[in-house]
Amino acid sequence: MLSVPCPWCGPRDETEFSYGGQAHVAHPAEPDALSDHEWSDYLFVRDNPRGPFAERWCHSAGCRRWFNAVRDTVTHSFLAVYRIGDPVPEIS
Amino acid sequence: MTAVSARTGMTLRLEPQPGEVIDRNRPLEFTWNGQRFPAYHGDTIVSALAACGERIFSRSFKYHRPRGLLSASFLDPGCTVQVGDEPNVRGAHRRVEPGMVVSAQNVWPSLRYDVKSVNQVVGRFLTAGFYYKTFIKPQRLWPAYERVLRRFSSGGVVAKDSAHGYYDKRYAHPDVVVAGGGPAGMAAAVAAAEAGAAVLLVEEEYELGGHLRWGDAGQLEALRELRAAVAAAPGVEVMTNSVVNGRYDGNWLGIVQRNLPHVVERLVKARAKTLVVAPGLIERPYVFEGNDLPGVMLSTGVRRLVNLHAVKPGQRAVVLSANPEGDAAIDDLARAGVEVAKVVDGRRGPTIQRATGSRGVQAVECADGTVVDCDLLVTAVGWTAPTALLNMAGDRPVYSERAARFLPSLLPDDVLVAGGIAGDGPLEQLTEHARAVGREAAGRAAETARSLCAGIPQIAERRAGPPDPEPAVALPELPVEDHPALFFSGTRGFVDFSEDVTAKDLIAAAEEGYDSIELVKRYTTVTMGPSQGKLETVNAVAVLAAATGRTIAETGTTVWRPPYAPITLGALAGRIFEPVRHSPMQPWHEAAGATPLVAGAWIRPDSYGDPAGEVRAVRSGVGIIDVTPLGKFDLRGPDVPELLNQLYVNKWSRLDVGSVRYGVMCAEDGVVLDDGVTGRLAEDRYILTATSSGAATVQEWIESWLQTERPDWRIHVTPVTTAYASINVAGPRSRELLGRLVEDVDLANEAFPYMRVRVGRIAGVDGCFMWRIGFTGELSYELHVPASHGLRVWEALLERGADLGVRPFGVEAQRILRLEKGHFIVGQDTDGLTQAYGAGLGWAVKLDKPDFAGRTELVWQSRRDDYFRLVGLQPVDGSVVPPEASQIVLGRGIAGRITSSRMSPTLGRSICLGFVAPSLTGPGTQVTVRLPDGGEVAATVMPQHAHFDPEGTRQRG
Ligand SMILES: [Zn+2]
Repeated sequence: MLSVPCPWCGPRDETEFSYGGQAHVAHPAEPDALSDHEWSDYLFVRDNPRGPFAERWCHSAGCRRWFNAVRDTVTHSFLAVYRIGDPVPEIS
Repeated sequence: MTAVSARTGMTLRLEPQPGEVIDRNRPLEFTWNGQRFPAYHGDTIVSALAACGERIFSRSFKYHRPRGLLSASFLDPGCTVQVGDEPNVRGAHRRVEPGMVVSAQNVWPSLRYDVKSVNQVVGRFLTAGFYYKTFIKPQRLWPAYERVLRRFSSGGVVAKDSAHGYYDKRYAHPDVVVAGGGPAGMAAAVAAAEAGAAVLLVEEEYELGGHLRWGDAGQLEALRELRAAVAAAPGVEVMTNSVVNGRYDGNWLGIVQRNLPHVVERLVKARAKTLVVAPGLIERPYVFEGNDLPGVMLSTGVRRLVNLHAVKPGQRAVVLSANPEGDAAIDDLARAGVEVAKVVDGRRGPTIQRATGSRGVQAVECADGTVVDCDLLVTAVGWTAPTALLNMAGDRPVYSERAARFLPSLLPDDVLVAGGIAGDGPLEQLTEHARAVGREAAGRAAETARSLCAGIPQIAERRAGPPDPEPAVALPELPVEDHPALFFSGTRGFVDFSEDVTAKDLIAAAEEGYDSIELVKRYTTVTMGPSQGKLETVNAVAVLAAATGRTIAETGTTVWRPPYAPITLGALAGRIFEPVRHSPMQPWHEAAGATPLVAGAWIRPDSYGDPAGEVRAVRSGVGIIDVTPLGKFDLRGPDVPELLNQLYVNKWSRLDVGSVRYGVMCAEDGVVLDDGVTGRLAEDRYILTATSSGAATVQEWIESWLQTERPDWRIHVTPVTTAYASINVAGPRSRELLGRLVEDVDLANEAFPYMRVRVGRIAGVDGCFMWRIGFTGELSYELHVPASHGLRVWEALLERGADLGVRPFGVEAQRILRLEKGHFIVGQDTDGLTQAYGAGLGWAVKLDKPDFAGRTELVWQSRRDDYFRLVGLQPVDGSVVPPEASQIVLGRGIAGRITSSRMSPTLGRSICLGFVAPSLTGPGTQVTVRLPDGGEVAATVMPQHAHFDPEGTRQRG
């Protein structure tokens, strides 16, 4: 089980969290302006990298805060956690 | 069964041994296959039996060959026994207790004369890949094969009526977990603790010490010192008879603890900052013809038997020794009075050819042609590194030709190794290395603690974790010593004792083309038995390597996965600890004999014994239902209408103070997520309700929008589900009843009409709000009362309404009422593909809003008509209630399903909601419903969802 470092509460077991998928996929400002292809990209298509991946987590059974994290999909280690709205941190 | 006395006493018990673990002052008796046997406290089941001269403890899995002691440890494949109603007990590990009832498994009619050993004769049919070759065709014969095979399989007996044992669960957060309590593990634990770490030291055996326990005087002295150091070290928790069973992401460890009084097993879920793996080495059996005969033992097994349990393992022995452990066994045998007839030195070329005998070893044929009569053959041919926990940490151990065993290769930072798994050397060198590992483990744990706390100032200040470590020093390297590569002599003999897989089976598999060890494992079941490869894996690899002309390194090894040791389902289930939620009215419901319904975490009344009567009371008079689990959120702030407009498909901007509105939420893909009413209590105060089961999802969805998409909106959301007790008062006489309790609200239809909310005082309780809505289709009021007064208001309603015939009703009556009225339930009448139009919610969807969650998909759906739709359905034969989930069929295809169905007490016929294909949605269409028993009934599609009062006049009255 992952230990997820909530930026508000510290490291907690994965069972306290819910997963929110890829980060930085905003609801489009003007959905009507999108082509069908662009809309389906927004709704269904996500990256699936081998290595660092920016994703959303919600500490549902804790502080109920949403936050972003960069997790290495190979080692499952969390490389960074950061607040919603902040840019993806540089991972050295 | 009455026990009869054993034929013999403890005739093979030796004089007291310096390291023995038996207590001769505490004799006891137990039974084995119905006979009484003497033993001492500290004996294992099998050591006690061996002391009385017993040599056969089980019959093997396939061929029913007699099996005796091999390793005299937990892993001993021939010592699995039944204890009382507990099957598959490791008899060479489990300590015997007074009065224990032990019997052999997998024997008929008796251990000595097992009829099934005829399998040895027909053994050629039980060849490699037997299961794959048998379970092919015809499939109808499989159950017959299974019945036959089950008679021959070695499982014990599970008693259906055995008492439910107490199992426990614990969470632990140690800095360092040391897996293995031998000398290296003890030294590492002490060093880590002295460096300030909180340490958990886990040992599979009943006491710490590992191989030192059966060692010479010097080793026993070292053991005393190490044990004293562990006892004196601050912050070392020791768990014996316990095992680290798995290592998962983030050093999350499952530990099975068996040393607690009155607890069968406890599962410890430990989040360790550093894991030190120090399991020692497991002695590897040698593969040769007759290697499974009782009397063929590993040197460590002999040494355990002599030194720990003071049992003479035989009378006349041949010893095959390729290492110092084997040499030490020779000394032990001599001291125990066993005649060592011949020593074969495995370091000098060819060894032994075969062991012969019927129910045990009678002679050994050596490679030099000599034949030696003996009843004991001891082998010491090398070691297997139990790298299971390393595999689970992502390591792929590499084979060392020099050491003739696998060694760790690339470990993650939070896993370290100590002791024999890491390398060789004299005791002093190994413990010195382990101390360095322990210090390093504590240092890394401190580093982890610091990085975990970084960025959380209040935690960093309060709890700094273990103190700063010494400046990092490189870990000392352990040497690897030469060991001859001895795996098999020839092509005969058992590789896997628990699965009865021979070297010939593996060679046959290789000849059939199974040249990968992972395939051979699955094809022959080698390493898949109870010992899970801990004894067999490397031998299997070696046999396959030889058969395919490759090296062991090229052949590779199988991956060990959790669990390391068997674990009971009881331990996995743990203590029953499931929190439940009750409304404040629960004591009343219980006193009234309500049938409980488990709905998520909530326990609520399903009925008070007569759902149909409860329905009739609501339709004709008045009823009350406890709807406290309804999800409730208090929304405040100027931007609440923006939020509602974004999350609901309908419009919210013009919701006046005092009004409530029904709303439907869809996800971005247009699928119905939840529904409920929201009321505006004041200028900037709203109460949003969600379904009982959807409340958590809705809250997360709202927070997702507020925290991630629209952080600029000024809105505060407070979940108040349990802050209010909620009661629905429903029925034509509900206004009359409520009028007797409400003091400051005018209930007249014109003053408080349908879909309005009022704040007021009910039964003397301030701060209540009530809204007029109608899930049941009747005139009804939903009261929300501060939770601490819920019971009082509930009782007041029943008391003051007695003359009106008020009745409580449960969830079942409510489900019937809402189905009569045609109201759907999200998740019951919709599923993960139901978009709003399919649920018949087109009337609520306002596509002219510029944006809302799900809009784009719903625009798309609104232009099509090829989706299944929810419709009201009535079986033509009104006495038939098609079970929910019955299929609606059209020709040979599925054209829908029944989502809800009940017998309607109001209409006196069965009624349904269901999904039907686009071609079947027209009112009056006859559809075919297939019942679970295969029968079919006809049903008519209704013009609307509501079966009762479709115009809605009753709820507006
Ligand atoms: Zn948190």
